Amino acid sequence: MNRTEIEEKLKEIIRPYVQNEEAFQNMTADTDMLRDLQINSAHLVDIILDMEEEFDIEIDDTTAEKMLTVGEAIDITEKLSQQE
Amino acid sequence: MTDFTHILDQLPYDQPFLFVDKLHTLTEEGAEGAYTFTQNADFYRGHFKDNPITPGVILTECMAQIGLVCLGLFLLEQAGLKPSPLRIAFTESHVNFHKPVFPGETVRVRSEKVYWRMGKLKCRVIMYNAREEKVCSGELSGIIRS
Repeated sequence: MNRTEIEEKLKEIIRPYVQNEEAFQNMTADTDMLRDLQINSAHLVDIILDMEEEFDIEIDDTTAEKMLTVGEAIDITEKLSQQE
Repeated sequence: MTDFTHILDQLPYDQPFLFVDKLHTLTEEGAEGAYTFTQNADFYRGHFKDNPITPGVILTECMAQIGLVCLGLFLLEQAGLKPSPLRIAFTESHVNFHKPVFPGETVRVRSEKVYWRMGKLKCRVIMYNAREEKVCSGELSGIIRS
């Protein structure tokens, strides 16, 4: 799966949790999921679980805690799916 | 038989907002406990006028205290984590209400863990009345960490 495909799938995963629709429409790699998209921090856990299922990867808690921007989420997914 | 008093002692609630009397079961996978609604609880004066019925928010709170918080305290203990200082927050509730609960009724709450990850506990929770009828059910989540 290439970066664009990962990004598209990630967008679908985070969409239900987004509180700021405008920031979601203008999303870039630097978009912060908590600050910009105003996702409730408790929902980040759901996003991580959804990513693990969708991409068939395992994200450990330390890595998950570092995943703040959309770009970081894509980087982590890309790196972990190459290890599979 | 374990009475789980040590878990009840750690609950951060007190009257008039404690909605757990007893815990019957606590495992890594779920919890079961009971509560009897106080006949003359203050909220019955206004919900509803001359027609006391336990408010849905109170039923939800009761489900959360037994199903999420008691289970969460048990999971923290099993993981060897000290529950103090305890940080808890109720984050999500999706509940359907099926039957009214009147003053003095005893309910049984059963919760089943969906996941516990990074301090977030999500459970499927069902409340039954003394006639074993389903009173309300749904999914609740909260953050519980030390």
